[in-house]
Amino acid sequence: MQKFFLATTVVASLTVASFEGLAAVDEVILAPQDWTFNGFTGGFDRQQLQRGFQIHREICAACHSLNYIAFRNLGDLGYSEAQIKALAAEYELEDGPDEEGDMFYRAAVPSDYFPGPYPNDNFARASNNGSLPPDLSLITKARVGGPDYLYNLLLAYEEPPPDVEVVFGMEYNSVFSGGQIAMPQQLFDDLIEYADGTPATADQMARDVTAFLHWAAEPKLEVRKTTGIRVILFTLVFTILAYFLKRRVWSRLDNPSD
Amino acid sequence: MDNKKSVGRRAFEWFDAQLPIVTWLDHVVGTKYAAPRNLNYFWNFGALAGIMLVIMIATGIFLAMAYTPHVDHAFDSVERIMRDVNSGWLLRYMHANGASFMFIAVYIHIFRGLYYGSYKAPRQVLWWLGIILLICMMAAAFTGYVLPWGQMSFWAATVITNLFSAIPVIGESITSWLWGGFSVDNPTLNRFFALHFLLPFVIVGVVVLHVWALHIPGSNNPLGIDASGPNDKVPFHPYYTVKDVFGLGVFLLIFFAIVFWAPNFLGHPDNYIQADPFVTPSHIVPEWYFLMFYAILRAIPDKLLGVIAMFGAIFVLFVLPWLDTSRIRSGTFRPVFKIFFWILVADCILLTYCGAALAEGIPLLLSRIGTFWYFFHFLFILPVIGWIEVPNPIPESISASVTSKRAD
Repeated sequence: MQKFFLATTVVASLTVASFEGLAAVDEVILAPQDWTFNGFTGGFDRQQLQRGFQIHREICAACHSLNYIAFRNLGDLGYSEAQIKALAAEYELEDGPDEEGDMFYRAAVPSDYFPGPYPNDNFARASNNGSLPPDLSLITKARVGGPDYLYNLLLAYEEPPPDVEVVFGMEYNSVFSGGQIAMPQQLFDDLIEYADGTPATADQMARDVTAFLHWAAEPKLEVRKTTGIRVILFTLVFTILAYFLKRRVWSRLDNPSD
Repeated sequence: MDNKKSVGRRAFEWFDAQLPIVTWLDHVVGTKYAAPRNLNYFWNFGALAGIMLVIMIATGIFLAMAYTPHVDHAFDSVERIMRDVNSGWLLRYMHANGASFMFIAVYIHIFRGLYYGSYKAPRQVLWWLGIILLICMMAAAFTGYVLPWGQMSFWAATVITNLFSAIPVIGESITSWLWGGFSVDNPTLNRFFALHFLLPFVIVGVVVLHVWALHIPGSNNPLGIDASGPNDKVPFHPYYTVKDVFGLGVFLLIFFAIVFWAPNFLGHPDNYIQADPFVTPSHIVPEWYFLMFYAILRAIPDKLLGVIAMFGAIFVLFVLPWLDTSRIRSGTFRPVFKIFFWILVADCILLTYCGAALAEGIPLLLSRIGTFWYFFHFLFILPVIGWIEVPNPIPESISASVTSKRAD
């Protein structure tokens, strides 16, 4: 019996180990980053999310949509209702039809979703040399490596190796699958000025925008972990009690007089 | 008038006389079901699979309330569940990972049956019902995986439904019939949602039959010998109910650790990209619980034969009770069988590994060896070792074995 359990454990650990090995062969090795949202209790840094949002707004949003994020969601980043209202009002959306049947433009309100940069995918392709800039709402969950991948990708623009011929309109990027990416390098030192005065190095910007996009992809991350801790504690106590109850019940077989 | 009985007791007896459902439950999982006293923790996994089924149905109903089965809205509605529906993220993560954990429970349950000979007489029908449950579960898992309408959903649906086109003459018509059109499209998504809602209740029905069939001979046990006297058995309640509750606690701890801290670990990133019929993912893979069968499918260069082998890998289990020629049930007393059992376990893990790799080079070779061995195990090794193996001495009764262990 004990041998059976031992064998099962060995088999299970070997399986996990072999799959981890498999994953490593396929992918570029990404330098793992020390994200605030890593680990058992890790959450988001609001200041960082706000900086990341600034990067998104001033740089990424020129080509990328963020379809699943509404202005109201920015409350998560620590903005007040008034700030969100004012921010939404900077965007203009097509609405309608009105009572005469005409479409019209109006300022966005907090319940609206972020308008994308292009009216449709064909327009986006036509404006980007045939490539479609992906929506960024889920980007960190939609790529192997997640936030580490995105961060490394944003900084992995290099001179191509001598044996690689970069196609016209593409850039060499050592992290991107195939090495050639349609998006040119976007982040350069001091490209923008952070509202909170943080020095805007390319590394800092890549880090901040990745954290922001990870929030966009997994906005319930913090409540998930706090709920999880309570659920695990409850289940742990429940299991320990069940264990002692089980021992007590089964001890009756040893002492039939009980 | 009987003064000794309380009002509650009399009310219960009145009800129970007219609908003896409580008495019936007491016979199914209560004090009136005598189970062998030596069941080990591997016997927990049937109950665990049943509890996972309940969790899946409970979370699934609420997900269905917020889900839209339409190609233009399915992906968005899942994201709405994740972002705007109250605790929607919890429902979805429990449901998605719950499928994996139900498979974990069921696979351990199956291998327990294989090791302890639970498929042998008089339990062949019980075993068959179990295989039918596995097939229904696979269908439910597959149709469910399509619903979020991500890239893997779409392409898995395309690959799997295309398998039927391998059938000569009528294959193409069957595929069109499954799709409700000429490719995986909105009608496919609609019917998959309908089937995904239906199948769990079919599973519940077959579970009832499975438990019914279990109660005719009673549970098998690690010694594989029939319980012979009252000393061999204990009432299911409280002995096994409390043991199952403890096992459930441990199982849920692992389940919750994944749900709350690594909810996307078992999924594929590509399924967070909305389905696009014009973009094929570089590497289409099913969920981990299907990888083994996927490896068998791809191991064979001919499409039709590959499909036959894949389905054959499950259907061979139907005849397993007659392929195993040994009269000894439990692997504990079968020194040769025991070795081959663990080789089979390793083989299934190898095939799972190969199913995740690209079908080329060494993984392809390994998947061919693994596929050959899988069938060789059931069709050749099991019948032969049944004839040549000399089993170890078997204890005369369960209680004798328990008492001698205690004397040690």
